[in-house]
Amino acid sequence: MNRDNRRLDVLFIAALICFAVLPWYRLRGGFFTLDWVGSYLSDDRTWPGLTQLDQWWLWPVPLLIAIAAILRFTRPAGQRGGWLALTGAAGITWMVIQGLSVGLRGWNWGALEMLGDVAGQQAFGAGAVGILLCFAAMIAFGLAERGALKGDAFVIGSITLLILLVTLFVFYPLLSMFTGAFQDYDGSFTAAGVARNIGDPNIWSLGCVTGTGGCGVAWRTFFLAICTATGTTFLGLAFALVATRMRLPFKKSIRLLTVLPIITPPFVIGLALTLMLGRAGFVTEFIEDTTGWELGRWIYGLTGIWVAQMLSFTPIAFLILIGVVEGVSPAMEEASQTMRATRWRTFRRVSLPLMAPGIANAFLISFIESMADFGNPLVLGGNGGVLSTEIFFAVVGAQHDPSRAAVLATVLLGFTLSAFLAQRLWLGRRNFATVSGKGDGGNHAALPRRLAWPMTAIVVLWAAFTVFVYGMILFGGFVKTWGLDHTLTLEHYARAFSVTFDGGIAWTGIAWTGVAWNSFWTTMEIALIAAPLTAAVGLLTAWLIVRQRFPGRGIFEFALMMSFAIPGTVIGISYIMAFNLPPIQMTGTALILIFCFVFRNMPVGVRGGIAAMAQLDGSLDEASLTLGASSPRTLRKVILPLLRPAILAALVYSFVRAITSISAVIFLVSAKYNLATAYIVGLVENGEYGIAIAYSSVLIVVMITVIGTFQLLVGERRLRRRIEPIPKIKPREVPT
Amino acid sequence: MTTQRRGAVAFQNVQKKFGAFTAIPDLTLQIEPGELVTLLGPSGCGKTTTLRMLAGLESPTAGRILIGGEDVTNLPANRRDVSMVFQSYALFPHMTVAQNVAYGLESGGMKSGPARDAAEKGLDLVGLDGMGERLPSELSGGQQQRVAVARALVLEPQVLLLDEPLSNLDARLRRRVRTEIRQLQQRLGFTAVYVTHDQEEALAVSDRIVVMKDGRIAQQGAPRALYEQPASAFIADFIGESNVISCTVEKVMDGIAQVRVGNLTQQVPARSATVGPAQLSVRANAITVQEGQGPFAGRIASSAYLGDHLEYEIDTSVGSLFAVDAEGDIPLSPGTSVTLGFRSRGLALIE
Ligand SMILES: Nc1ncnc2c1ncn2[C@@H]1O[C@H](COP(=O)(O)OP(=O)(O)O)[C@@H](O)[C@H]1O
Ligand SMILES: [Mg+2]
Repeated sequence: MNRDNRRLDVLFIAALICFAVLPWYRLRGGFFTLDWVGSYLSDDRTWPGLTQLDQWWLWPVPLLIAIAAILRFTRPAGQRGGWLALTGAAGITWMVIQGLSVGLRGWNWGALEMLGDVAGQQAFGAGAVGILLCFAAMIAFGLAERGALKGDAFVIGSITLLILLVTLFVFYPLLSMFTGAFQDYDGSFTAAGVARNIGDPNIWSLGCVTGTGGCGVAWRTFFLAICTATGTTFLGLAFALVATRMRLPFKKSIRLLTVLPIITPPFVIGLALTLMLGRAGFVTEFIEDTTGWELGRWIYGLTGIWVAQMLSFTPIAFLILIGVVEGVSPAMEEASQTMRATRWRTFRRVSLPLMAPGIANAFLISFIESMADFGNPLVLGGNGGVLSTEIFFAVVGAQHDPSRAAVLATVLLGFTLSAFLAQRLWLGRRNFATVSGKGDGGNHAALPRRLAWPMTAIVVLWAAFTVFVYGMILFGGFVKTWGLDHTLTLEHYARAFSVTFDGGIAWTGIAWTGVAWNSFWTTMEIALIAAPLTAAVGLLTAWLIVRQRFPGRGIFEFALMMSFAIPGTVIGISYIMAFNLPPIQMTGTALILIFCFVFRNMPVGVRGGIAAMAQLDGSLDEASLTLGASSPRTLRKVILPLLRPAILAALVYSFVRAITSISAVIFLVSAKYNLATAYIVGLVENGEYGIAIAYSSVLIVVMITVIGTFQLLVGERRLRRRIEPIPKIKPREVPT
Repeated sequence: MTTQRRGAVAFQNVQKKFGAFTAIPDLTLQIEPGELVTLLGPSGCGKTTTLRMLAGLESPTAGRILIGGEDVTNLPANRRDVSMVFQSYALFPHMTVAQNVAYGLESGGMKSGPARDAAEKGLDLVGLDGMGERLPSELSGGQQQRVAVARALVLEPQVLLLDEPLSNLDARLRRRVRTEIRQLQQRLGFTAVYVTHDQEEALAVSDRIVVMKDGRIAQQGAPRALYEQPASAFIADFIGESNVISCTVEKVMDGIAQVRVGNLTQQVPARSATVGPAQLSVRANAITVQEGQGPFAGRIASSAYLGDHLEYEIDTSVGSLFAVDAEGDIPLSPGTSVTLGFRSRGLALIE
């Protein structure tokens, strides 16, 4: 068929450009700067694949493209699909094999030396990556011609691309990390590092239980996570119950709490605690002065981290639990009360058991968050760190022991993945708190009195504490030296964000003289690039998962969601280990930061997209298809306009997360591309608390502005539009 | 061959499985150009699946589908020359009525000016001129339904597919709209495949009815042929309510069979019947009910008054019968002894 041939022709032209024009290997100066264009002819490092054919391992690439071209000209569309797909798959496989086998200095694996000597090669450049994409497209077109997924090349292409990307940016780094643990400095295999670390008493000792010294870092982290999860779940539940089951004047503002953890850079709470309760903290001094007790450094260590995590993660638990508490059908509680149960009995025997799976869910998520937390322990850890900080110091510290980092990361990953699996496999099937469809009317039972008052007291106290801490953060930026000299000053803001105008107020004359501007603009730039990509990838994935039935869909979704449970520290270290050497080399670039953000924040976009998509009648897409629109056009004209709120939410979320995250990017920043959070951590390490706090406050204000603007936009939109109920009928009956 | 012509449709040994479940085991079906074919059957029998395979929204697990003589089995939905009217209408809520109707034309590459004109014409066709600037949510259910039809028709597809297009309308409107659709189809002469589970609707609009059961074709034919000569008890019961009772064929002559039920003898078209025991389908309104004694006796088990007719359950020697009496106006009370008779229309021997 004509159309099938035409798109193949475009593919061949693209492949030709990638192989015969674009630089095959990675360029030192970067591809996107286009610096290479000037010296293209004279510098053989910028030459395309075609000129590198003295390297025999590149021969299969043009060969496979030629095979595909022959197929295109000799066979009709109906008969070549399978062969085209096979050719594409062979191309990708070969590129991966040769990329992993031939490194900078020749063979990567000693065993391959029997194939003869080879010269080394650089990492993949634009040409090589382009050829990979061409092969992926070949698979998609081939399968579409065979009628797979109703012959929709766009859908198959998207799935292929997403699988490649997720493999490359989630699984390949993890794999590199595991193999990295078994490699010596020169790349040869050795189990020594792993052997040394895996049984290390510093990791696994149970001394604190048996009374023979301290516990290993793994158990300490585990213990901390259990404490944090218990505490935050309890507080979150209290907040949720008070917010939904009691008539209180400040209910609205409780909901505001949920925004806090999103906009707070993760170490800020720890920082505020230090300033209040640390050695020279003013609360410490006040207590020591008035009572004469020696408080010392109690805040540094697990206790301090625990308090900071309680402050940081209670809102997250609240967010989960408010859905659970509201999800309990009022009819059940009313039924219980009509059967002469008291409020207390109703709560204990009906409401609480119905909420139990949701509570367990909140517990597991808090557990994962606590395990993965990096910012608070970094600031408050003192001598006894947790797994995530130990990983960091194993890489950047004096010890520089990658295999130790890998072992620690594996342990951490083991904990969080177990919690994730428990949540998915065990809880996934027993969620009876969710109401089906519309609310079934009725009122929730009021809280029993013996619960109501203690709960309210706790909630009010904790809320006051939170407000106080945040107040401190803002205040801290305006005093001279925290703890010593509390005269108000703007000095910190000036040092961080000063601007000098020379040449009047003309824009060209501005000099960003503040020390923070550099990292601030880099952060904004990278966040602005990453946010739309994250939203696009997330929503595309959601669309594929909800609307397309392809083999392996369940596994695909599961793998994506699982990437959410990988702690940032693990991602950071695995990215360094994966992308520091050919075939894919991007450490020190902005690209690696962008990819890191996209694949770390994507699961949230996917989840939001799935929820939004479930509200849309599937026959809208199908109607568009039968009216002759292609899948991309359907997405653009029908799905995206109807999903606008979900898109905005995904955009804002990924933008904000890109600004606040620290755990992964601290491994990936470079002098050229430094990010705000990494810069602030540097300030804290140098004891420059004033600027650190001032910078953090500015970030918080920026993000509040962004979120506020977004809420205004969405809110207004809803007011102005006419009522347009989106047609929704029962989804097609599918036997469960 | 007729399958070569524009508007012809052929299913050739089409099979559809959902995982381990076989929805359509083996379907072969020809549809002539300009014909309105109804797929009729109980819920879950595979009508929608069949229609969606023709639209390209599901791919068959085996077999071929041809439209206008061209093999479209592997062709995606947007490249097939069919369009579809959905049960939920699936109007795009963020576009005006005119934009909805022009959407398919623009997808096909038409410029927006001509597309708007064509959309206006399409709206004229279904009697919605001047409503183009409204949003779908500002129209009544019947109007929305007509927009959906217009949106599909302006593309001038070879085949129009309709999946229970009337099920979201109330009973009175349903009768009117189905007449409109039928008139439009006859006037413009396009091929249409119409899915419904309502036998009355099928009888009213179709050139040919294909009755499906468990993914297979149970019987197909013109409405009258199906109604008067059901091939099986399933068809007899599904199209017009029938009683199926055992009888004996006493003799067959000149295409007429003499049939005995209890003490009653009756002449019916013989079809392929032979002498011996057989099954007779008796429409509910082909039974006459009179108070008193007679050769074919029964006793009223229950009765109901439905305004323009009466309904009875009657116990007889051949089992319980369901009868409709359109003439009486006072229902006989349960327990009354009655004598039954058959009208000649509404009886058929089942093979
Ligand atoms: N996507 C699907 N997955 C699994 N089974 C399906 C799916 N769609 C339909 N079925 C099954 O196929 C059978 C036929 O469905 P359908 O064609 O929708 O029936 P009808 O339209 O005649 O009511 C039903 O048993 C239905 O449960
Ligand atoms: Mg159906």
